[in-house]
Amino acid sequence: MEKEKKFYERLEQKGVSRRSFMKYCTFLTASMGLSSSYVPRVTEVFAAPIQRPPVIWLNFAECTGCTEAFLRSSYPFPDDLILEILSVEYHETIMAAAGHQTEENLQEALKKYSGKFICVVEGAIATKYDGAYGKIRGRTFLEIAKDVCPKAAAVICLGTCSSYGGIQAAKPNPGGYKGVGDALGMKTVNIPGCPPNPVNLVGTVVNYLLFGRLPKIDDLGRPDFAYGKSVHDQCPRRSHFENEEFVTRFGSQEAAQGYCLYKMGCKGPETYNNCPVAKFNDGTSWPVEAGHPCLGCSEPDFWDKMTPFFEEM
Amino acid sequence: MGKKITIDPVTRIEGHLRIEVEVEGGKVKNAWSSGQMFRGIEMILQGRDPRDAPLFTQRSCGVCTYVHYLSSIRAVEAAVGVKIPDNARILRNLLHAAQYQHDHIVHFYHLHALDWVDIVSAVTKADPVKTAALADTVSNAPLGGASYYKQVQQRLKTFVDSGQLGPINNAYWGHPAYKLPPEANLMAASHYIEALRLQAKAARMHAIFGGKNPHLQSLVVGGITSVRDILTPDRIAEFQHIWKVTQDFVRNVYIPDILAVASFYKDWGGIGGTDNFLAWGDFPETEKEPDSNFMPGGVIMKRNLKGIKMPNQEKVAEDVTRAWYEDGTAKHPSKGETKPQHGDYSPEKGRYSWIKAPRYEEEACEVGPLARTLIAYAKGKKEIKETVDNVLKTLDIPADALFSTLGRTAARAIETLVVGNAMEGWINQLVGNIKKGDTKTCQSWKMPDKAMGYGLNDVPRGALGHWIEIENKKIKNYQYVVPSTWNLGPKCGKGKPGPVEEALIGTPIADPKRPLEVLRTVHSFDPCIACAVHVIDPDSNEVYKIRVT
Repeated sequence: MEKEKKFYERLEQKGVSRRSFMKYCTFLTASMGLSSSYVPRVTEVFAAPIQRPPVIWLNFAECTGCTEAFLRSSYPFPDDLILEILSVEYHETIMAAAGHQTEENLQEALKKYSGKFICVVEGAIATKYDGAYGKIRGRTFLEIAKDVCPKAAAVICLGTCSSYGGIQAAKPNPGGYKGVGDALGMKTVNIPGCPPNPVNLVGTVVNYLLFGRLPKIDDLGRPDFAYGKSVHDQCPRRSHFENEEFVTRFGSQEAAQGYCLYKMGCKGPETYNNCPVAKFNDGTSWPVEAGHPCLGCSEPDFWDKMTPFFEEM
Repeated sequence: MGKKITIDPVTRIEGHLRIEVEVEGGKVKNAWSSGQMFRGIEMILQGRDPRDAPLFTQRSCGVCTYVHYLSSIRAVEAAVGVKIPDNARILRNLLHAAQYQHDHIVHFYHLHALDWVDIVSAVTKADPVKTAALADTVSNAPLGGASYYKQVQQRLKTFVDSGQLGPINNAYWGHPAYKLPPEANLMAASHYIEALRLQAKAARMHAIFGGKNPHLQSLVVGGITSVRDILTPDRIAEFQHIWKVTQDFVRNVYIPDILAVASFYKDWGGIGGTDNFLAWGDFPETEKEPDSNFMPGGVIMKRNLKGIKMPNQEKVAEDVTRAWYEDGTAKHPSKGETKPQHGDYSPEKGRYSWIKAPRYEEEACEVGPLARTLIAYAKGKKEIKETVDNVLKTLDIPADALFSTLGRTAARAIETLVVGNAMEGWINQLVGNIKKGDTKTCQSWKMPDKAMGYGLNDVPRGALGHWIEIENKKIKNYQYVVPSTWNLGPKCGKGKPGPVEEALIGTPIADPKRPLEVLRTVHSFDPCIACAVHVIDPDSNEVYKIRVT
């Protein structure tokens, strides 16, 4: 109780009311597909970590957009995640150490937390030519992944690149790029999207902290709570589809009226993700709301299977 | 031969970068900048629908997430010959300026500040009462007071006492080159945390008219799709509100912090300079480009501000003599070819990077905030001139001190202020158009069988150009020359170093095992390596070997 009281005091000092915190936890609990009876337990995960769960974050062939997406989390805020909820042991984009000190940090964390840390991977792994197309400290991405991933309690692939290979794996896939599961032959939890919604990463991590296990996943490794339904089925423009009210030209009257983007190439019917419900950037918007067709960016091989993007499926 | 120091990976940047310096007599004598990863987006683009190019090239970088999207759209638009409506021009400027605000704040606080700010000193030595007093004298920051700084310090102390040091573990804390008093360290550390939260909010500007951030999704060839968001007054008001919160932070926290920190590091006004500068210019305020660009383009050679010229994209050529590509003459990007040839890492005389070496009239040029600020200053642009003169006066340093690491970091803040301020007028223009009944955001066009085009922009990290060739309505060739290729590129056939390499020469090194000073200059360029290297060899099966030094 005392701890909880202190936690709310601290939140309030930071300008977060107990009410808005509970609202967030309720939202998160709902996005995770849990009943409202779990709300207090979700709150607890954020309130009183005895030891913050260690995270080793690996950046391979990527654009850092998934790290950026993680930093857009706005409940918990990124500073809460970094200072109070997680222990980010290794992350090249934010860590203060550089050069050989980074390797010391990585090895120290691997030794200290072997079998206990969450490994988040961002980016694909080059497999052609012994993985020679990307290196850090002279070691290939493939060598680093082989060293780190099997020692993790769980490997979470954040983004379509680490999940399924992503853009560099698009035809002709010159470097033989693959997702982590494929490159290492191991089971990973995949949170695809280009980039994914940070809500879905936080939901997955909370599930792990809450139950000591990862959320239920589909055969593509995606948590059901986020990727269980198609974008089309959750789309607020769905009724226009049913009524055959389509946009056929950008800049048209139909576009201004918010008609269905199916004929402009929208891939919502083939794409499984919670974008229309969770929306991005603290629920601000999502591509279809901005009048642009869905690209299908959380589906495997979408750069080949979903292109040309502006042609009807 | 002096002692070699290798920093691999350079952290707190986008991408995989290796920097090597040779130190003699406590100073850097020679330097090598090496890109360590390649993906191949230009090759992947060949044969695809030109309308898809902007979405592919956008994935070069999720940090500067808007910029390739914009330049690529403009390249395709130039090729197909479509003029975008006024509202699309304004919205694109607003999204681009929001990228400046976001990028520059994140760069200073989260990627660069820890080169100047000692977190351990903030936690263990700072007095919150004195910190509050210091903050009151240097800024109008909305959060402050002794209790605020006490609480931030306690928060950091709890973090450190947990023994789980995470991102601040094993850094260069206590290094003799850290010069800030403990209270300034605590003030800056507090703002690091505030900025972490602010940037998440600032990114919502992109989500409003772009659907999401990173990787906005609302530009199309011919305009922008978020027409419903401009037809909803709430949306514009929301944008305006977040713009104001962000710009208030720039005015009341970022600028004062830059001045406060810089006042302890004036010696860095004489370290890390380069000689030549290039900007294409950006933010067209009417359909007349480049004349109406709010940030003007220009070329300055040998620091001669009076000899400033207008830039011409035909004078760009990429040299590959010292990069891992097949030999060939330096070529203009529209004729560019990419034939990688893997080899050993041979910085002394051979090849040592995947980044090509772009040259303007055979000279390496620095691009980015300092280049833009100097060019605008030389052209007498009022807003820039006033702000620059103010900064020089406040710090009591001569104009020459701009050619430095300090000048580069200050210029980034200066242009954030100036470009951010301009956004208000652009929002009003948009509202004015809508009031008049002009709500057009897209122009129709037809794909030609054959065409060529290019799009030039000046994006947060510097001059960016995309070149496209269309044949049979498909992409025949695609090349882009990005800011970090200009800044982080290797030496050329004539042995002239790239800008970062040039800037590092002469840098004092106090402790070769902890080369903090090298990081300061490298970070001041805000490197983005995934952008800089985006080419790959589809045929070769040679293995790229690296000699670990």
